[in-house]
Amino acid sequence: MSTELWLLGGALVGSFVLYALFGGADFGGGVWDLLASGPRKAEQRALIARALGPVWEVNHVWLIIGVVILFGVFPRAFAVLSVALHVPLTLLLLGIVFRGTAFTFRTYDARGDKVQRRWGLVFSVASVLAPLLLGMCVGAMVSGDIQVEGLAVVSGFLSAWLSPFALAVGVLALCLFAFLAAVYLTAETREPALQEDFRRRALGAGVAVFLAAFGVLLLARGGAPRVWSGLTGSPFALGLHAATAVAAVLAFGLLLTRHFWPARVAAAAQVGLIVSGWAVSQYPYLVVPDVTLQGAAANVATQRALLVALAVGGALIFPSLFFLLRVFQSPRPPFSTPGAGGKAARPMQ
Amino acid sequence: MDLLYARAQMGLSLAFHIIFAAAGIALPLLMVLSDVKARRTGDADYVELSKKLAKGTAILFAVGAVSGTVLSFELGLLWPAFMGTYGEVIGLPFALEGTAFFTEAVFLGIYLYGRERIPAGLHLFSGVMVAVSGAASAFFVTLVNAFMNHPAGFTPTAGGPVNVDPVAAMFSPGWAYQVLHTLLACYQASAFAMAGIHAFVLLRHPGAAFHRKALSVALPLACVTALLQPFAGDLEAEHIAHAQPVKLAAAEGLFETQRGAPLSVGGLPDVETGTTPYAIEIPKGLSILAFRDPDAEVKGLNDFPRDEWPPVLKVHLAFQVMVGTGGLMALLAVVTLFLRWRHKAWPEGRRVLWGWLLCGPLGVVAMEAGWLVTEWGRQPWIIRGVMRTADAVTPVTHLAVPFWTFTLVYLFLGAMVVFLLVRQVAGTLPGRAPPSEVAHVH
Repeated sequence: MSTELWLLGGALVGSFVLYALFGGADFGGGVWDLLASGPRKAEQRALIARALGPVWEVNHVWLIIGVVILFGVFPRAFAVLSVALHVPLTLLLLGIVFRGTAFTFRTYDARGDKVQRRWGLVFSVASVLAPLLLGMCVGAMVSGDIQVEGLAVVSGFLSAWLSPFALAVGVLALCLFAFLAAVYLTAETREPALQEDFRRRALGAGVAVFLAAFGVLLLARGGAPRVWSGLTGSPFALGLHAATAVAAVLAFGLLLTRHFWPARVAAAAQVGLIVSGWAVSQYPYLVVPDVTLQGAAANVATQRALLVALAVGGALIFPSLFFLLRVFQSPRPPFSTPGAGGKAARPMQ
Repeated sequence: MDLLYARAQMGLSLAFHIIFAAAGIALPLLMVLSDVKARRTGDADYVELSKKLAKGTAILFAVGAVSGTVLSFELGLLWPAFMGTYGEVIGLPFALEGTAFFTEAVFLGIYLYGRERIPAGLHLFSGVMVAVSGAASAFFVTLVNAFMNHPAGFTPTAGGPVNVDPVAAMFSPGWAYQVLHTLLACYQASAFAMAGIHAFVLLRHPGAAFHRKALSVALPLACVTALLQPFAGDLEAEHIAHAQPVKLAAAEGLFETQRGAPLSVGGLPDVETGTTPYAIEIPKGLSILAFRDPDAEVKGLNDFPRDEWPPVLKVHLAFQVMVGTGGLMALLAVVTLFLRWRHKAWPEGRRVLWGWLLCGPLGVVAMEAGWLVTEWGRQPWIIRGVMRTADAVTPVTHLAVPFWTFTLVYLFLGAMVVFLLVRQVAGTLPGRAPPSEVAHVH
């Protein structure tokens, strides 16, 4: 494979990792909004809304970046996936529409608790359904159930994403995002009681992630043979799994000992490694088993132009994103009290 | 039948998205302008105005963002053969648009939530970045449409495009005219809508200070764009006369090729009889406008194979609506600027206010009509001369289901947005306290 294709493939995986880390955590926030309970129910929801407010639009642009890379660089894969996964992708879109608008409407339709709760319910139900569907699409992509001849999909529009394996991947995605959100939220507040609430939720979700991952692995043997051999075969993949396991254990340990900021980093690493591990296990396929990276690739001129566009975009996006996070990740206004901002932002380091 | 539903769904999604996209481009500019005025005058009303506009931007941008996400998927969900084959030719402007959209989202977050957290200068800078990246994203996405109207940068073969030059495809021959026309339309539609809203309040509460100031922010942009737009439209039409003669013929309801062709105003083209009855004809008008020559030959529809005709009646009507509303808006701008010059202040007479109230929605109407001209006028091609819309549609069946679903969703969202914006404006009415902001009291 050419250098360009390696870089662009990497950028595609990178956009999915970032979508999982940021957009995924937003979905998870919606899950905990739905499951808010106990004496601090209202405070939990307020914390989630406060954490999401400034960043949720940005967090979801990673998905657009991923889609654009997919259809600019691997147009044939985009076409095949659009046909084979028409139904779940359409449902996913409805989920994304209702999630985003309900969150905004809730913020600006400030007419007392009842209206707020109604929008909150739409927001949180959509937040549960969207990751499920996203995971099912990924499951279908890797299962080998999508069969292609030329550009035509010959395996129908329903079978691939409704398999037990695809469903299991959907559940895993949901658990992962909920876990991520709960860990993030522990470090979003200074209120010890709230931190404990989300610490408990994070530990519970962590166990659910473990169980779901185990289930996916069991079903992969029959449901996604290619991934099964990818997951268990290559030494590179095994190295990745080892790193994932280390990150997972670390995240748990840090949660148990209440080191919330480092736990956040470890959980992010864990999720990032799981998404990368998925990508590595299906290499060199984009849609197993008929569409490879190389077979779906655009011409070289386009590849180079898009690399330049992505580099320019990255040079614009990453500094401004860093600025956004710096403004909103600090408990105190970072500029109004000179000198205090930087340190206060990372109390655990 | 599924082709019809696919087209209807795409059309509906775009018609819906365009309004929010236009607002996402223009409202940040108006917001920054009020912010600058607030800084210069220290006037609390301008501060309040920029806050209101920021909230309006947030609501409209959110709906624009999700409907834009829907569109990026629908390109594949409805037209997989188009994206599967030509995605690699036209991926570059999409990637740049994605970048611009990203910066807009980042700086909007900073602007909306950072007012108390960052220094004032940096806050204003964020607002400027929102306005600039909004314009950039409209710029790039319009390039894609210009390419579909006038494809360039590749050699079509049976096996797909070869010799692809993504930069040449991005700047296809008509790009400058279409981008100029579209960007002006976005600012014009938003400024007219805002002027209409505040004129409405001023008619009921004459002299309300906040709304006079709001009107004074909207009117300059509305007048300038309304006066520039006819020229931009003329440049675009001249390009279309050369590049897409069949689109021009349909827009004008011109069936016979002729020298010294007249300009038809109104009328209902009839493809069966090949005539356009009820039209007022301005002699040699079309030849002059399209080719700058009273005796130039203008091609009529009959010169083109029948199966390459766009839907003539629809294109013609949409074109008439666009030109008519554009003309009315330009007229109102001339009157307003004349009064401004005479009285050294933005006019507040009831008649002018009525004019702005009635013309308030026309910017959006003209924008939608203009977009319909370009999309219907390109049919039956998805990429003119290269790929037919019917060959691009998805093999998935039962497309009526997603079509009706998205129709209902968009109707609901549209109603919600109107409701929320009305409440934002209602909070500024004289004698009424601003509504309590439950969600912001964390």
